[in-house]
Amino acid sequence: MRFLMKTDYYQDIRLFKYRSTFFWYLALVLGCVLLPKIIDEYMLSQLTFICIYAVAGVGLMLLTGFTGQISMGHAAFLAIGSYTSAVLTAKGVPFLLALPASGVTAALVGIVIGRPILHLTGLYLAIATMGAAFIIEEILVRWESVTNGNMGMMVDTPTIFGFGFDTEIRFFYLSLVVLILVLLLAKNILRSPTGRAFIAIRDSEIAAEAMGINLASFKTQSFAISAFFTGIAGSLYAHKIFFINPESYTIMQSIELLAIVIIGGLGSLHGAVYGSIFFIFLPQLIIISKDYLPSFVQDQTGLQPALFGLLIILVMLFEPMGIYGRWLKTKFYFEWFPLYKKDSFKREKKYQKAERH
Amino acid sequence: MAFFQAQEISISFGGLKALDRVSFTVNKGEIFSIIGPNGAGKTTIFNCINRFYDLDEGVFLLDGKSLSSAKTHQIADMGIARTFQNIELFKNMTVLDNLILGRHRKRRSNILTEMFFFKPVQRQEINSREKAEEIIDFLDLEAHRDQLVVNLPYGVQKTVELGRALAMEPTLLLLDEPTSGLNMEESEDLAFWLDDMKEELGITVLMVEHNMRFVKQTTDRVLAIDFGQTIIEGETNEVLNHPDVMRAYLGEENVCNA
Amino acid sequence: MEFFNELTQTILNGVAIGCIYGMVALGFVLIYKSTEVINFAQGELLMLGAFISYSLITQLHLSYWTALVVTILAMGIVGAILERVVLRSLVGEPTYAIVIVTIGISYFIRSIVSMIPGWGTDTYGFRTPFTDKFLRWGDVVISYEYLSIVVLALVLIAAVFVFFGYSRMGTAMRATSQNQLAAVYMGISVTRVFSLTWTIAAALGGIGGILLAPITFVHMNMGFIGLKAVPAAVLGGFTSPPGAIVGGLIIGITESLAGVYLEEGWKDIAAWIILIAVLIIRPQGLFGIQEKKKV
Repeated sequence: MRFLMKTDYYQDIRLFKYRSTFFWYLALVLGCVLLPKIIDEYMLSQLTFICIYAVAGVGLMLLTGFTGQISMGHAAFLAIGSYTSAVLTAKGVPFLLALPASGVTAALVGIVIGRPILHLTGLYLAIATMGAAFIIEEILVRWESVTNGNMGMMVDTPTIFGFGFDTEIRFFYLSLVVLILVLLLAKNILRSPTGRAFIAIRDSEIAAEAMGINLASFKTQSFAISAFFTGIAGSLYAHKIFFINPESYTIMQSIELLAIVIIGGLGSLHGAVYGSIFFIFLPQLIIISKDYLPSFVQDQTGLQPALFGLLIILVMLFEPMGIYGRWLKTKFYFEWFPLYKKDSFKREKKYQKAERH
Repeated sequence: MAFFQAQEISISFGGLKALDRVSFTVNKGEIFSIIGPNGAGKTTIFNCINRFYDLDEGVFLLDGKSLSSAKTHQIADMGIARTFQNIELFKNMTVLDNLILGRHRKRRSNILTEMFFFKPVQRQEINSREKAEEIIDFLDLEAHRDQLVVNLPYGVQKTVELGRALAMEPTLLLLDEPTSGLNMEESEDLAFWLDDMKEELGITVLMVEHNMRFVKQTTDRVLAIDFGQTIIEGETNEVLNHPDVMRAYLGEENVCNA
Repeated sequence: MEFFNELTQTILNGVAIGCIYGMVALGFVLIYKSTEVINFAQGELLMLGAFISYSLITQLHLSYWTALVVTILAMGIVGAILERVVLRSLVGEPTYAIVIVTIGISYFIRSIVSMIPGWGTDTYGFRTPFTDKFLRWGDVVISYEYLSIVVLALVLIAAVFVFFGYSRMGTAMRATSQNQLAAVYMGISVTRVFSLTWTIAAALGGIGGILLAPITFVHMNMGFIGLKAVPAAVLGGFTSPPGAIVGGLIIGITESLAGVYLEEGWKDIAAWIILIAVLIIRPQGLFGIQEKKKV
């Protein structure tokens, strides 16, 4: 346990609470920068996907983890980001403009969708966003003059000032930089009044309103910023996989994004990153472990999704607060080493007392 | 001088008249209590002021301005803060963050400037922090500053909620049963703070309260209601000793026997 | 006249499909009412039921009616096992964690089905007593398969209605759905209520599967119909069993009409457009009750 003697209020609003935290993060970034030297192209490509999913995860985390509004249609914003970027770069717009433009387009669509439906609560909102995503997907299929419909479209290699991100290493660095920027922006929002207003809405809408927080406005802002980040991720995603069609952005992907933030741990930015690592590496682990299984099991095509489903169930049974929750507990264990009791985090399992009809 | 007025307010839920042409006047700088048996409509008055419910008839006036056209969140901007009967804190935040959230209505930044945490946003944060610290000092919350609200005992949570309302720098403070669930000592503290708020901060307080001893100790004037109708409004002692008030609380028979 | 006939035909088809949606939605509603969880595996339970009945009829040569009963029993057991093994230890955990677990279950069931010899990823059909029989009424033709769906759906709704309204256990389930703590204090075994809820919901899924099988055929992805049933449940308010059926009918008829009279593509999103429109006007669905938190 560390104690910090504070002498200045500025210490309270710093990005890193302890100096050591800053160095750890710096080491992590350096590690990521050096990583491409030691791993092969395939793994590098998976790392890039982790960065991309983490960017989208941060977006959804702001909405679901911090504002408490569940969206089951975030694949739609991923799609909008992808198509905006693909269409713009095809028309010769520089990538450096197309990237933020895809975020902005997603945010605008987010505002248009969010405004009328954000007064819905919990489940109803989740279903309404899911419906909106289905409608957007159908629009992408039918708007053939722009999106080329089900045929899909090719996506150019992104270039910034003549520097092409055409190799795995280059694209990985691009994604990493975008992820770090997005994390910084999100962190800044969270330590400002808007971020606190988001959390206030999550914890008690009534009290938030009585504090002068305009629910409609802040929910829409949360939805918009969430769509913005997801749109950015969509742009990277499109340029990573070169070819997009509406089938890449289905309800399954929306659900996977939601699973990423929940498994990672709601209510923490770390969770978004942990969740994406889990989701990208789990299939890899399954592929590797396949070699050790009897051959009649090995040949089953359904094996991978079955294990995947099973592991999701197990993770949630083992740690309903997600990976970040487990991380906090482990940290606590070492900080308090001999004093740690198994029951330190044991919560009273409460029966739901909600008065429903 | 009338600072806050309710004029002939009525509201009904289905067939039930929860408030029936209730009027009262709160003067600037006084502590005003609303008393009445359970279900008399006391909290409903607060919820109408906050505009969680719409009045059927009548109007609230703050400094002569009507509240009818304001939205719920704009009530806070007009300088009205409130606490809740069953504590509505932001449970997964620290005490400090809860207090700083009270500063929301003073916010001058927007999401774009906050994203980059520009200097003015930083200054605003420091400023909020200082104000929160003043309140921590005022309510003796130093020991709990960085704790999560969810882990605090009930009495402290109540204090934090009062602190959050004070952080809004209100001109009118609505307290919904502030002593419920508090022990004697905590109630004493609260009475002391109320006095300070009135004398030092010049805040007008409107509260709903069941604890008659507490009302007698702190309040300047009282409104008694029952079944949504006014029984009497007046000086504290006058109201508490009024036969109709005693009847509403104790029932017909007991008054006769007494 | 021809237009009228076509319209009647379209609506009748819609009613039959709507009843299926309604039945899946009924499963959603049951589980939501007692545990406040949307069960994303409901569609997969239906698919599993269809596969089981397929095996019983074509491989074990049981009669349709025996297969129906066995499927219902088998699915009930599956539901009870799921509850016992997975969901019971999650009672009291955050709702979203449980929802994710049901998604995990749906992945798992789907891929297990694809691995079972004789099931796999192919499409199958089987004969029922209703196959190739039609009821004619002027130019309007209704197949017995569709009729069987409608009749059975009506019977099921009546059964669920009577169960909830008049039986002891049904009353206990309603009580649990309103306030678990109070239910425990009244001596209701909440674990038994949950167990029974999952059993019934899975059995309903099984019935849905055996009824749907002749129409869409039996295959691994037929569970995706569960997604279509979600708007049905929401339209009905997500807490009202009759609401679920009405919601199902609205969605079924709309889809059927959109499929005939509108351009391609509208059919798939018509349900969602209606859903969002209704939610904007009535945030609690058609039959839900607006809940306001008291402060």
